[in-house]
Amino acid sequence: MTRISKSMSRRTVLKSGVALTSMLAAPGLLRAEPAPVKVGLLQPISGAFALDGDLAKIGAEFAIKEINDAGGIKALGGAKLELVVGDSRSNAEAGAQATEELQSAGVAAVLGGFASGIALTATQTAARYDLPFVVDCAVADTITERGLKNTFRFNPNFSMATAVALKNLVKLNDDAGKPIKTVAIVHEDGLFGSGLAKIMQEKLPPLGFQIVETIAHPTPARDMTNVVLRLRALNPDLIVPSHYFNEFVLMARTLQQQRVRPKGIYAVFGGAASSYRFVNEFPEAAQGVMDCNHWGDPKSPITAKLRETVTAAGKFYAYNTPINYSLVKVFAQAVEKAGSADRAKIIEALAANEFDSGIMPYGKTKFDAKGQNASALPLNTQVQGKDIKVIYPAEYAEAKPVFPING
Amino acid sequence: MTKPRLATLAIIVAALAVIAFAGLSGALLNLMIFMMIIALAAQGWNILGGYAGLSSFGHAAFFGAGAYAMAVLQTRFGVNAWIALVIGIALGALVGAFIGFLSFRSGLKGSYFALITLAFAEVARILANSWNFTGGAAGILLKLQTGLPYLQFADRRYFLLITIGCVAIGLVVSWWLEHSRFGAYLVALRENEQAAQALGVDVFAVKMKAIAISGALTAAAGCLYAQNYLFIDANVAFGSWISIEALFAAIVGGSGTVLGPLIGAIVLLGLGELTKGLSGGIPGMDLLVFGIILVLSVAFSPNGLVMLMKSLGLRAPAKAKEA
Amino acid sequence: MYSPQIVVEALLNGLMLGAIYALIALGLTLIYGVLHIVNFAHGALLTVAMFMVWLVCARYGLDPYLAILVVAPLMFALGYGLQRFIIGPASHGKDNGILLVTLGLSIIIENALLAAFQSDTRTITTDYSFRVVELGPLLLSFPRVVGFGVTIATTILLWLVLHQTDIGKAIRAVAKEKLGASLVGISVPHVYAMTFAIGCACLAVAAGLLMPSFYVSPKTGAAFVLVAFTIVVLGGMGSIPGALIGGLLIGVVEAASSLFLGDSLGQIGIFLIFIVTLLVRPTGLFGARA
Repeated sequence: MTRISKSMSRRTVLKSGVALTSMLAAPGLLRAEPAPVKVGLLQPISGAFALDGDLAKIGAEFAIKEINDAGGIKALGGAKLELVVGDSRSNAEAGAQATEELQSAGVAAVLGGFASGIALTATQTAARYDLPFVVDCAVADTITERGLKNTFRFNPNFSMATAVALKNLVKLNDDAGKPIKTVAIVHEDGLFGSGLAKIMQEKLPPLGFQIVETIAHPTPARDMTNVVLRLRALNPDLIVPSHYFNEFVLMARTLQQQRVRPKGIYAVFGGAASSYRFVNEFPEAAQGVMDCNHWGDPKSPITAKLRETVTAAGKFYAYNTPINYSLVKVFAQAVEKAGSADRAKIIEALAANEFDSGIMPYGKTKFDAKGQNASALPLNTQVQGKDIKVIYPAEYAEAKPVFPING
Repeated sequence: MTKPRLATLAIIVAALAVIAFAGLSGALLNLMIFMMIIALAAQGWNILGGYAGLSSFGHAAFFGAGAYAMAVLQTRFGVNAWIALVIGIALGALVGAFIGFLSFRSGLKGSYFALITLAFAEVARILANSWNFTGGAAGILLKLQTGLPYLQFADRRYFLLITIGCVAIGLVVSWWLEHSRFGAYLVALRENEQAAQALGVDVFAVKMKAIAISGALTAAAGCLYAQNYLFIDANVAFGSWISIEALFAAIVGGSGTVLGPLIGAIVLLGLGELTKGLSGGIPGMDLLVFGIILVLSVAFSPNGLVMLMKSLGLRAPAKAKEA
Repeated sequence: MYSPQIVVEALLNGLMLGAIYALIALGLTLIYGVLHIVNFAHGALLTVAMFMVWLVCARYGLDPYLAILVVAPLMFALGYGLQRFIIGPASHGKDNGILLVTLGLSIIIENALLAAFQSDTRTITTDYSFRVVELGPLLLSFPRVVGFGVTIATTILLWLVLHQTDIGKAIRAVAKEKLGASLVGISVPHVYAMTFAIGCACLAVAAGLLMPSFYVSPKTGAAFVLVAFTIVVLGGMGSIPGALIGGLLIGVVEAASSLFLGDSLGQIGIFLIFIVTLLVRPTGLFGARA
């Protein structure tokens, strides 16, 4: 709360300051409309991830409107931001093609990417033009490890997120009197699930957890019964799933049906445990499921507004909206700091400065030498009743964790 | 039937090269590179599916073999990109020979052949996805390093030229087929295998050669794909999307013709880009329009666009009767 | 490694899931047997049927099993129309034409669904979605048990239709000898369309059986297509009993291989069976000699 109001007041001061100087310096300029700054948003508007792209777009549009209503980019004489949306069609070639189109449209930077495969090719395409690219929630570590100067990532990567997830898991377990000893990992066999499982397999045993089984399954999965039967046989204390929404739904339903009741379900980037749709449709199966995921600051008033906007559009709120809202905010600050829509200057500004993180709980966003936002971190959430509550870390927590869930 | 002269092919290739240097935007250059890659994959499909009448649903197996060879050799063994390209193409031919040996020995054709190729591609996809050697599910990233030895260019027009060069080779191979005894054998066994056999054609050997050439061309497309996008994973390299693109382009353009795959690829991908603008913000609307145009084009030019153009050009007065 | 109870449960579950696969394959094999086409729009049509079931249930509160009675006639009509007025005329009877038209149709259907419903996942929860049938120590999913029974019944019904009714006899006549059938006055386009329609009606039944425990999104059908192809090949293209036995077999094999190889690698088991069948006995278990 304090953080937000502080940054707001600073902005207000800045606003009046700039307005004053520009009035004094060149009153004639006030009438001339400065050229808008085009900002590209690369999201899957069609294809398998269309829903995510849609939610991201709502967030970005919201931020653009907010910035423009507040007088645009001050450093450029109140230049408005103009959103140009590129549709990655949920696949890598189309993502590269859409990035080329954004480049042709003359955008000052590209934001987004969403999935790792798309982000990997799209950032490389943008690199050819030294076009700044700030990746959102594509999590593969490799995205920022290729020495591409133009590439930044706002959200935490795999390693960072799992480090936080593990730390919080240990704390959760310790606080509850160490009910958890055995863990089973269930993951989809793509880049996302396999990558996560690999890290978990390395890191969990030294922390005192015994991994009883790691089960991979394809996406889309036709059936989860075999997975669940194995879980029933092994009876782990904790299930760590990492897969997409549909598979999580199938698994949760089958767990319920087969009466498998672990002491906890702790997802990392679990598509469903952070989804209001899931909570809404399967309140029983969703109860107590925990997730460590991208999540907006629940206490920010803007979070509430974004949720309203998304709900009004007849959709279920998810993290894509606050992320892309904040991403646009960070970009706007970078342009302010660069004092120009010039790409090289924006890259420089992104690399050199600290930024307010919008409504993401990152404190000050600061990109490291590789372009990764070093302050980014996921939050732990838990489905409690009909809502998703943040349970860790304490400064953002709305509720205490309910754990273990099945006695 | 349609047998374009070498000179015609030369003019078409030259025209493509001229377009490449006509100051296209990055988006158009990228699109053209993709068109050429798909055209090449479709040319490979066309040798087997078009001339020999053995429709495959699994050309992803060859495409993926090329793409993975290119990526694995460069990233794991530090092999030069050009040598990797040659090995990738050879591997495509080898995979073709392997699949061909098994299926032709069992006398598979028609839907049976189509389905077995599909199964082979799927097995390859699952293996590549779970094997560490191929990067597993994370796929393989190629390093962005420009320069002739790396087969990557700061100026993408040069890469486009290379893809056009490969397509030109594909055109020449098809042209040669139409003028060689081997090509005549292929068509003979497409039309009537028993008769061809009775005339003393070694059907098995001819099919084996065809699938090897076909695999090599499509693998070349896979190599170029990896080199252009610098990232592959199992779903990209061995996914059914490329099998479908390859056969779509070849059949829509005109299967069993020299120019069919090239024209098909240009028209299909061009259409895909054009319909993109029609979506009106509704997801899926563009591909919906694309699908409708596709079905209509099959309905009204059953022999492919090449034949349609020919009949429109040659028999313009009789058009009304045709329709 | 696993207790016998788990293995038995997994295999039984595989058997029951295999029944639903068989039902999907039934339409595919029937269409192949008569029209000699590989219908690539089959998966997309399954998705359509599932959306219909979902709509009927979500909007009008109908039970998904009862919804079959509403959706099956609709799918029947859709199938008839598609074959009679689109696939037949547009493909000009050519293999390549059929291939492209059915592939094109699947693109159209999938994206029309995407435009209409977006890429959301829809589910139906009934009070029996989570119910189990307790067989001693075994817990069998109630919707699966129902699915198994209905599949067997549907297969028998289909067999009766083909062997006891006039249209069934016409369908078999066209499948055997198209020219001869048309000479004795059977309208081949009509029979083709009827066959396609029956195939689509089977999908409606499968959709109704799947929905209580599965989900639907515009791409859902694709997950079942390859496995349905495998079953058609294994059972013998065009063979009804072949599809049933093939489906049950694949279900069991899938369960066993996913139990011992994992769900990911376990998929290879299916394709290996597919490849070996094609190589060793392309006519499948029950297929007529070519």
